[in-house]
Amino acid sequence: MNKWESNRAWLLVLPVFVVVAFSAIIPLMTVVNYSVQDIFGPGNRVFVGTEWFREVLSDYRLQDALVRQLIFSGLVLLIEIPLGIAIALTLPARGWKVSLCLVLLALPLLIPWNVIGTVWIIFLRPDIGLLGVFLNSVLGIKFDHTAAPADAWVSVMMMEVWHWTPLVTLLAYAGLRAIPDAYYQAARIDGASAWAVFRYIQLPKLRGVLTIAILLRFMDSFLIYAEPFVLTGGGPGNSTTFLSIYLVKLAVGQFDLGPAAAFSIIYFLIVLVFCFIFYQALQNVATGDRQ
Amino acid sequence: MRPRTRDLALILYLTLLLLPLYWMLNMSLRTSTDILDHFALYPADPTLNNYIKIFTDPGWYSGYINSIIYVSMNTVFSLLVALPAAYAFSRYRFLGDKHMFFWLLTNRMAPPAVFLLPFFQLYSTIGLIDTHLAVALSHCLFNVPLAVWVLEGFMSGVPREIDETAYIDGYSFPRFFLRVFVPLIRTGIGVTAFFCFMFSWVELLLARTLTTTDAKPIAAVMTRTVSASGLDWGLLAAAGMLTIVPGALVIWFVRNYMAKGFALGRV
Repeated sequence: MNKWESNRAWLLVLPVFVVVAFSAIIPLMTVVNYSVQDIFGPGNRVFVGTEWFREVLSDYRLQDALVRQLIFSGLVLLIEIPLGIAIALTLPARGWKVSLCLVLLALPLLIPWNVIGTVWIIFLRPDIGLLGVFLNSVLGIKFDHTAAPADAWVSVMMMEVWHWTPLVTLLAYAGLRAIPDAYYQAARIDGASAWAVFRYIQLPKLRGVLTIAILLRFMDSFLIYAEPFVLTGGGPGNSTTFLSIYLVKLAVGQFDLGPAAAFSIIYFLIVLVFCFIFYQALQNVATGDRQ
Repeated sequence: MRPRTRDLALILYLTLLLLPLYWMLNMSLRTSTDILDHFALYPADPTLNNYIKIFTDPGWYSGYINSIIYVSMNTVFSLLVALPAAYAFSRYRFLGDKHMFFWLLTNRMAPPAVFLLPFFQLYSTIGLIDTHLAVALSHCLFNVPLAVWVLEGFMSGVPREIDETAYIDGYSFPRFFLRVFVPLIRTGIGVTAFFCFMFSWVELLLARTLTTTDAKPIAAVMTRTVSASGLDWGLLAAAGMLTIVPGALVIWFVRNYMAKGFALGRV
């Protein structure tokens, strides 16, 4: 789409810029400040240059956490995006049933994250939790997320998919409703199959909302903290210690602000680079479709 | 897929979705010792004590009121600043537009843990600590970019001919925007309002850091359930059930905007 060219549009963007920059720039610069200094107390700090960055980058526990984090976020995207779209497609188009479905879908999203972890602890307990009892006593699978790393992973993934797939569904559903009926009528006249309608009408039209869904799910899952921390505490062993759990261990546990700040900046840059790649790729896919 | 299988798949999914929620409801109607003592598909001896405690203890229910105040402020404020900005991004090319658009989203990408201390210092300096305004303002950091992105997506779906026709018909920009354009993208506004509400409602770290007593959010009050005798699971589950209510009301109000969608014929 050819846009109008006008720098006066900046006036429309200015309020957003002011509001966001107010909360963004000063804290970011403060963290940059921390990351290059060794802080012993108020007024007692030494400039150390890139020492913290070198120390953090050579930390093998951080590298392990990064690998776990990448696998986790990759799985999250591979499961939640297709599942979310599929569910949006099964939702009815109108009537009271839609209202009911939308409200039900939104429920998991509205629970504070620390509560979600706490409820899942009980939900998964082999002796008193619904899912734990079902898996262990009814199906006879020995499932205990506090003992086996594989079980802990499955638990965190289940919780994550349960919690966040509705977000993808709601976005995809709103996107689907925004497709004018004329497109479907044209497809019906051409005798297009359901798959063709999905591939050539619905999917391209969903590009905008799916870009948002993919970026949001990627960055939020990459920064995930409260739910796995409450559910597994990063264990058993270090098997579910994701990046931010390790970061908090470093920042709070060892009270080491310098390395933690350096870690934060590296962490931020990793998320940034991945999001940029996703964003560019999705933009290109779209232009490819249009030609 | 045939309609029958489609409905069955949806019902199956919704059932699975509701199971953990049912378990939370089940827990909220039992005492903590009862929960830990034995497995029960449904509470044999349901008690409303957990809910009564929340509704009668000001320490508890003020948490809900505080959260509702700052979340509403944040949602309204985010939408008000994001609407014109999203319009600018979807319609105009201007100096640095692409960079600005992506930069906005980068504000959601920083791991919060280490940023909390500078946030506390910043808001102390300007004297806003422990006010609803502080939390509402700090949540703009992640909600305004989201609102701009979501709204821009919906606005780009509206053909530009509509703007051109309206301007030719003599509409001024503010009148066109409020009378013609905003009604056209209600779906997007409904979705955005819900997302802003939701992300601000469940955010814990910033809200807890910037408040002490007067504006303490419900998610922070819940950490009080940890006491010397361990966690009060029943009380926590009841508080969790109640955190769902305001958001469910919000989505109930915006559901029509989401369901009706985009009808070009209305202009």
